[in-house]
Amino acid sequence: MSSMDRPEIEIRGLHKSFGDNEVLRGIDLDIGRGEVVCVIGPSGSGKSTLLRCVNLLEEPTAGQVFVGGTEVTDLDVDIDAVRRRIGMVFQQFNLFPHVTVTENLTLPQRRVLRRDKAEAFEVARRNLERVGLADKADAYPSQLSGGQQQRVAIARALSMGPEVMLFDEPTSALDPELVGEVLAVMRQLAAEGMTMMVVTHEMSFAREVADRVVFMDGGVIVEEGPAERVVGDPQQVRTRNFLMRILDPAAAEQPGDTTSERPAKEL
Amino acid sequence: MTSRLTRRQRRRISQGVQYAVFVAVLVLIGLGADWDRLQNQFAQKDLASELFPDIITIALRNTVVYTVSGFVFGLVLGLVIALMRLSSVAPYRWVASVYIEIFRGLPALLIFIFVGVAVPLAFPGTEIPGGTYGKVALGLGLVAAAYMAETIRAGIQAVPKGQMEAARSLGFSHARAMVSVVIPQAFRIVIPPLTNELVLLFKDSSLVLFLGVTLQERELTKFGRDLASQTANSTPILVAGLCYLLVTVPLSIVVRRLEARADKAR
Repeated sequence: MSSMDRPEIEIRGLHKSFGDNEVLRGIDLDIGRGEVVCVIGPSGSGKSTLLRCVNLLEEPTAGQVFVGGTEVTDLDVDIDAVRRRIGMVFQQFNLFPHVTVTENLTLPQRRVLRRDKAEAFEVARRNLERVGLADKADAYPSQLSGGQQQRVAIARALSMGPEVMLFDEPTSALDPELVGEVLAVMRQLAAEGMTMMVVTHEMSFAREVADRVVFMDGGVIVEEGPAERVVGDPQQVRTRNFLMRILDPAAAEQPGDTTSERPAKEL
Repeated sequence: MTSRLTRRQRRRISQGVQYAVFVAVLVLIGLGADWDRLQNQFAQKDLASELFPDIITIALRNTVVYTVSGFVFGLVLGLVIALMRLSSVAPYRWVASVYIEIFRGLPALLIFIFVGVAVPLAFPGTEIPGGTYGKVALGLGLVAAAYMAETIRAGIQAVPKGQMEAARSLGFSHARAMVSVVIPQAFRIVIPPLTNELVLLFKDSSLVLFLGVTLQERELTKFGRDLASQTANSTPILVAGLCYLLVTVPLSIVVRRLEARADKAR
């Protein structure tokens, strides 16, 4: 089978347990080339674990994951080679604090891809420009705001030329006024046709940018579909309750009111 | 009836008492000690000037060379043992733990005697490269490695887990991520404690005198002791002591600066 007609990311019967705690209880999910999929759900629903299973930062207990037709979960696969094709952005940015912004981008290119100095610097410059931080090339990560650090982290992942980008709550550690600049970069990336899997609580982003939204709870996919349907007109009670809490945190839920039939508030 | 003191009065009394005790102790020592005899035995100016330049060009220089070679050897070995302690291969962890417990639990002097006697016995015909210098590097390094291994391990574990994850997600292998990302950050964390270790080694280098050294290989303590017995006067010991302080005090100040800077960077 040629990799052309396969989805970019295929997840088959994925289970993951930490000791007795079963975090993922059988996940099946396909993400097509160029598709943007947002994964939403309450904390502890397993959404971050699912994302981390895609590039094997967590090893699944059972099931298979394919990226670009290569089985990530195959014990004989060169995992470092597969990971080069999968960019990942973390909640805590995880920039390398001991080197400059530019070196954050060139170090992986040179050590992992063996690019020569000139090429690595050129790629770094281009990607910093792409996220609007060309003027911070010589700064150290600690001198940047959270939003700037996260944009550098995106540029670092892009410098490796990935086919897929994974985002693990990329704006959750940011002050509210810095969220927008990061989402803007991600929106632009989506418009350029990048395949993206985004774990997020930003419902407006999910609604605007995502081709598909997946709602997870208790380690299973409860509901998935086009963003306007899952976010705008959820079919499942659990989805509706979750969206209500997210969209209107001040409206505390009454005890025993978890099956409330109130529709999700309009966005 | 009850005389109530104000806070200011209390503070004055408390401070006054502390100063009084301080002065009393100084006066007791000053009046009680026989300064003339002490000066005769420890501070003969003409004797002291005869020590130069050899005490610097031979003794201090050797002390520094012994210390640095022991430190470098200990650092390399300590890094290896720290990585073994963190290995996923259980026998490596056991060996590293046993090494650390043994070499931290033994007096450095015993290790020196061991290096001087047991190694030539165990490997007849093989000389430790570098003669005395090699033996000293080995003796000092074996002990220092045990301490440094624990320091480096703590430093590596202090680097946030996200750093390794970020590197792995970019396609670094575990080993390359360690070398390029984790260990450089760990070393920044452990520079102050490692400098402290350097100060300790500097003093431990005096144990060389148990290996038997030639005149040209003498370091500060041996040098001072030899000259003290030649001249039947302890002035060389005092001068040797000052030479140690000449190096250890500035090093300690550097450590304190580094620690202050590390605190600020957090």
